[in-house]
Amino acid sequence: MARNVSTGRKIGTTALAWFVGLVIFFPILWTFLTSFKTELQAISIPPVFVGFDWTLENYQTIQTQSNYFHFMANSIYLSLGSTALGLIVAVPAAWAMAFSPTKRTKDILLWMLSTKMLPAVGVLIPVYLMFIKFGLLDSRLGLIVVLFLINLPIIVWMLYTYFKEIPGEILEAARMDGASLRKEITQVLAPMAVPGIASTVLLNVILSWNEAFWTLNLTTSNAAPLTAFIASFSSPQGNFYAKLSAASMLAIAPILIVGWFSQKQLVRGLTFGAVK
Amino acid sequence: MRGDRSGNAMATTHTKSLARAMMAPAVIVLLIWMIVPLAMTLYFSTLNYTLYNPFSTPFVGFENYSYFLTDPTFLAALANTLVLVLGVLAITVGGGILIALLLDQDFYGVNIVRLLVIAPFFVMPTVAALVWKNMMMNPVYGVIGQLLQAVGLAPIDWMTEVPLLSIVIIVAWQWLPFATLILLTALQSLSMDQKEAAEMDGAKALSIFWYITLPHMSRAITVVILIQTIFLLSIYAEILVTTQGGPGSQSTNITYLVAQQATSYGDIGAASAGGIVAVILANIVAIFLVRLIGKNLDA
Repeated sequence: MARNVSTGRKIGTTALAWFVGLVIFFPILWTFLTSFKTELQAISIPPVFVGFDWTLENYQTIQTQSNYFHFMANSIYLSLGSTALGLIVAVPAAWAMAFSPTKRTKDILLWMLSTKMLPAVGVLIPVYLMFIKFGLLDSRLGLIVVLFLINLPIIVWMLYTYFKEIPGEILEAARMDGASLRKEITQVLAPMAVPGIASTVLLNVILSWNEAFWTLNLTTSNAAPLTAFIASFSSPQGNFYAKLSAASMLAIAPILIVGWFSQKQLVRGLTFGAVK
Repeated sequence: MRGDRSGNAMATTHTKSLARAMMAPAVIVLLIWMIVPLAMTLYFSTLNYTLYNPFSTPFVGFENYSYFLTDPTFLAALANTLVLVLGVLAITVGGGILIALLLDQDFYGVNIVRLLVIAPFFVMPTVAALVWKNMMMNPVYGVIGQLLQAVGLAPIDWMTEVPLLSIVIIVAWQWLPFATLILLTALQSLSMDQKEAAEMDGAKALSIFWYITLPHMSRAITVVILIQTIFLLSIYAEILVTTQGGPGSQSTNITYLVAQQATSYGDIGAASAGGIVAVILANIVAIFLVRLIGKNLDA
């Protein structure tokens, strides 16, 4: 009897949870479906759900008319470039903070965090003017540096929380056994640090990919990533829902997949280790 | 202990300077990134500096501030910023608690539903805003309009009739997964024993939630509120691609107003003053967050 009740309750919960999940996911699902419709089907009244002639036409148009791959390539350059630069600077810093902490380590970490809270508009104008002066406006290099700087505090923090969990005694044990510094790093520490570094890379790629203040304000075409490409659809001409949908799917699909794989790390990275 | 330390003095000094050298690049670039542009913004904010006449920039003291702060658009933008932040927080925290409680239950396909719920967080702001504006909220072709018509109600022209509410909805959709995910993480660390003990004592579901679950989540709720506030204060892309702050200034927030001062009006002085005002507002929030996380670091 008791079991029946709980099975009944489980089915009820299942129905409710799936309903909520699908409502939240609906705009993405709808965009996905619309991207395979013709423009006329995309605005048909009443809307068609799946009973339409699926076509890849929009995806082809997006590439031929607006050179989608140029923006895609920029998104990849910017997110990977800023992440690589971030790691080069942050790994040693987080390493030092985790393994040789001093009285000031905590203050430095909190200060780094506080730079993240500086609103972008507070520094937009000087950065914009400097970019003009040094010819960095609409250049990939300039944006890589800016994205690197705005995400650096998060990278340092995230790496720090991971490195802190590597037991320091392991290092001492390795030293006792006469391991050289190189061996210490390549055989003892690197394997333990890799998962944390990988999670940090994922989160930082997601954040850089979706960043839409600096990328919109500091690019026009040459260095413009997908955020700016999609923004060009904000002044539509004629029927464009199906093409907007195809462009949107292309812009979000890679990061959606990366994101789904890294949901656990996301919590930790975005709360600076305050919620695990 | 003391003897130990002096015995290692050489090694320690060496390690310390190495540690300092390893930290230096990160600290230096962030220091430059924070101080140089901010000092320039502060300096520009005291000048009569427009892009139309960039060669004559006389010092005007606090004039830009009094211009920016007494501009009726500033008050409207301040009010809009508050509505935007508080509206999104109310929806995401309230909805996040409910959905986290739901996802914490045992049901079929829990992992797939989790993926569906967190998906919006990975959608870039420009895509989220344009998809909602056109495919959901368009009065004629949008899904919401068609649903309303199907049940015999008049469709709403969201972007012109209720522009600020529209942006609140779009942004709340983007941030609901974040709140849900963090609250769910906190919820899952609540020990079953505690809940079961309360159930044994005959406590009702509602009082268990009120006296056990909610206090347990309080810290996570605080973190969600503070982190989201930082990001919500600088909402920009969602406004740019939907309402462009309009009609009038009905959906202009501080960030958008400042960016507009610089890019549309070329008024570097006023925009800089506005930027400094935004920095001060954000700092008030930041102080609380740094304290909270600092406490956690000790624990």
